[in-house]
Amino acid sequence: MTELTELLLADSVGLVTPQILRFDDPLPLDCGRTLASYDLIYETYGELNAARSNAVLICHALSGDHHAAGYHSAKDRKPGWWDSCIGPGKPFDTRHFFVVSVNNLGGCKGSTGPTTINPATGQPYGPDFPIVTVKDWVRSQARLADHLGVKQWAAVIGGSLGGMQVLQWSIDYPARIRHALVIAAAPKLSAQNIAFNEVARQAIMSDPDFHAGHYYAHDVIPRRGLMLARMLGHITYLSDDLMRAKFGRELREGKLNFGFDVEFQVESYLRYQGRAFVERFDANTYLLMTKALDYFDPASDYGHDLSAALQGVTASFLVVAFTGDWRFAPARSREIVRALLDGDKDVSYAEIEANEGHDAFLMPIPRYMEVLDAFMRRVAAEGGL
Amino acid sequence: MVISADTGSSQTALRPDLDIISQWITPGSRVLDLGCGDGTLLAHLWDTRQVSGYGLEIDSGNIAKCIRAGVNVIQTDLDAGLSDFDEASFDYVVMTQTLQAVYYPARLLDEMLRVGREGIVTFPNFGHWRCRMHVALRGRMPVSRTLPEEWYNTPNIHLCTLRDFEALCAKKGIRILQRTVVDYAHHSNFAMSLLPNLLGEIALYRFQRIK
Repeated sequence: MTELTELLLADSVGLVTPQILRFDDPLPLDCGRTLASYDLIYETYGELNAARSNAVLICHALSGDHHAAGYHSAKDRKPGWWDSCIGPGKPFDTRHFFVVSVNNLGGCKGSTGPTTINPATGQPYGPDFPIVTVKDWVRSQARLADHLGVKQWAAVIGGSLGGMQVLQWSIDYPARIRHALVIAAAPKLSAQNIAFNEVARQAIMSDPDFHAGHYYAHDVIPRRGLMLARMLGHITYLSDDLMRAKFGRELREGKLNFGFDVEFQVESYLRYQGRAFVERFDANTYLLMTKALDYFDPASDYGHDLSAALQGVTASFLVVAFTGDWRFAPARSREIVRALLDGDKDVSYAEIEANEGHDAFLMPIPRYMEVLDAFMRRVAAEGGL
Repeated sequence: MVISADTGSSQTALRPDLDIISQWITPGSRVLDLGCGDGTLLAHLWDTRQVSGYGLEIDSGNIAKCIRAGVNVIQTDLDAGLSDFDEASFDYVVMTQTLQAVYYPARLLDEMLRVGREGIVTFPNFGHWRCRMHVALRGRMPVSRTLPEEWYNTPNIHLCTLRDFEALCAKKGIRILQRTVVDYAHHSNFAMSLLPNLLGEIALYRFQRIK
């Protein structure tokens, strides 16, 4: 990609610089422990208006971070992970909205997490970093909102694990969120979802280089385990149809070699994805994120009745699912919609035809973009933006 | 299933029947619109009757249009039923130009009166004299202004006449509260009210369950 031409594209937010905010106000966590102090790293795109009424929050998924749009430097090969949606003229239009994207606690991209030095020991937290939940994240994001002077988000937006944070926001802070965009999410994980997460965790923890999570001290990383975890995850993000279309049974060398080296293209692709991931992600963070997913179940505080959990929400919802997503299939989104309908809440639901699997929520699929755009126009209009 | 191709394309022509329907609807009530197309009816009812409620629509091309119109829309297949909705949760369940295009119209009528206090439907009258002439004189399936498709590509798989519909209602214990017939341009006249099944091109009904 030629850097400058891309940076100068009219619909890019261009060069962005993350900001780090230090909190010294202790944060109580669901696990019973407290973070005495912590950092949150975040990026913003667009301008906060005088009334501070045009802020939208982007919540990231399992392996995401605060870098959702634009470029950190002219040398970057790729923009932020949701660049397809954030920018002037895009659904989350930075000409109207002040977009905030934050790296969650427990992350490995600048917010306090396992790789951070624990002030109590002078060593990285590693496996001693508390297990954080979606509720904890939302609580920390609310403090970021306080700092930014945002009393109420025009919208909170997220896909997958990000969508779960949106749901939690609408339940925990109903007065602080006007619109909720819950994309490719579920109200809780199924046993199958948890099973996949457990295999991923076992892959990491059984790697001899894991050292019970203290691998930093040994100057190694559980490369093989994290790679396996990512390969497994990746299979669940794609659909059977997409894999067939992309790889079929194509052989790298055009013939069977009767060995266990890479033979099929799909094997080569998965190994590449796994290896690339190891370079950019921390194994302890991966473990934490999968736990946050497993634990998410807002209905459990309300007698396992999702309708009851959503009884107090006041936000207007857009729920989106994708037909080819088998990780969080449309039926899972329908559970959320149904619970909202039970309470006569404002909700629209779109089921987008797409064979990209769970990852479809990151793709600029025309019908999907159209729906996001239509809803965000409503967000802008209702907020007088 | 393509049920909204029909509603969508004739949306501008449909406006007068939306007027008739909105006159039937008590202001401030809760409305569920089955096969809501681009949301025109609900947006209209919102403006003129301050109703609340949802539209159900299957055609993905219409979802963004509904959202843009400020309508709460749920993308769903009506043939899968209305199981997402509780009993008696709406004052009216409305279905314009869709009854004839679903797989299970009788079951859907039951569902309408399960979730709604009253039902309102509109459908093209297959008993209109032009339809009858098509079959009687030309021996062909009717193609008309209200039924523009050929038999092999029509989404309208369960066509009926006024009498057919009323017979079904009688069998199901459904009381018809109001009936209007109009022509293609949604005008009515005295002759039409005398011979509705022969002269009416589009039928509009409001009905409820006999307690």
